[in-house]
Amino acid sequence: MKIEILGTGCSKCTALEAVVKEAIAKSGKFIQLEKVDDIMKIMEYQVVSTPGLVIDGKVVSTGKLLSVSEVLSFIA
Amino acid sequence: MWKEIVDYLTNNLLQLDGHLGEAVNFFIYDTVKIWFLLITIIFVVSYLRTHFNTEYVRAHLQGKSQLYGNILAALFGIITPFCSCSAIPLFLGFIQARIPIGVTFSFLISSPMNNEIAIALLFGLFGWKITAVYIGFGLLVAIVGGFIIGRLGMEKYILMDVKPMEGELEEVKINLTNKERIKEAYLYTRDIFKDIYIYVLIGVGVGAFIHGYIPTDFIAKYAGAGNPFAVLIAVVMGIPMYSNAAGIMPLVEVLTGKGMLLGTALSFMMAVTALSLPEAMILKKILHVKLIATFFTIVGVDIIVIGYLFNFLL
Repeated sequence: MKIEILGTGCSKCTALEAVVKEAIAKSGKFIQLEKVDDIMKIMEYQVVSTPGLVIDGKVVSTGKLLSVSEVLSFIA
Repeated sequence: MWKEIVDYLTNNLLQLDGHLGEAVNFFIYDTVKIWFLLITIIFVVSYLRTHFNTEYVRAHLQGKSQLYGNILAALFGIITPFCSCSAIPLFLGFIQARIPIGVTFSFLISSPMNNEIAIALLFGLFGWKITAVYIGFGLLVAIVGGFIIGRLGMEKYILMDVKPMEGELEEVKINLTNKERIKEAYLYTRDIFKDIYIYVLIGVGVGAFIHGYIPTDFIAKYAGAGNPFAVLIAVVMGIPMYSNAAGIMPLVEVLTGKGMLLGTALSFMMAVTALSLPEAMILKKILHVKLIATFFTIVGVDIIVIGYLFNFLL
């Protein structure tokens, strides 16, 4: 599984990254995490409000700082 | 009823009178009232907002004609959240969807101006009439400002090369149960309130001091009818203050009570929310300074005209 966090360095994006890291640790799964800050790549995902959360190439959330349990529900 | 409780508390229980009593009474009354209204209104707005997001707005603005697009974009600006940190993906994403630059600006002006914090504070401090006037003129500024920018042909000042997409965007569907919407609204309200309650406290605190101690002629002389440049100065002062809207609005209320003209107050508050220095700095990464300056000038002039018009009419 691969998770991508789309964000250009806003405070919510950094916060989401920390949340996702915690969720991955809690899930105990092997998950690849990538931070995407290239605006062109973000736009390819059709996301206009950051942070965006992409799991296996699919956008699951935009413009929101999710909680650990919400992220866990996506990767479970 | 709340007024009576606070009056009883300050007069009978604490035995305060004179300037100090007035300031304490005002402080307690206003802080709690504004907190209550903030929580209520932010909750309602964020609940409604779970039906929309920026991606949804983009899909709906695609392919709309100039003026209609401006109006629609300004209206969407009321309901969608705005964070200056999202300004770049938003701007480029709109251009990518072939939404005209003027329509994009209508959204970019309306969204921070008609944000839920400003609306809740206005409603709590000034009542629904002033809130309606603020939103009405806010929409007007967004529509007119965006329309003018659209007519100036400034597309060449976008510094990033965005490939326009082919075809139409798919309809964005948001599938949430009512329970999820309420939970989301609750979390959002909690986060926002945590961020701003202290500014409200400081704003009302300083306001209470002015209310109790600073004489009316002092404010009236500098911000009232006696100073013809008041609106202009107010707008310029409003530009660097965006992040502190929650602290500034309670102050403005006190100042109007002390003789600051309402048009001046209105212009000042619009400048605080619509013209944000940090947003300009962020946009500078993708837009030429000329375009940003045009944007600030057009919106600034609009706001100043509104202020003078109001002072003149009332």
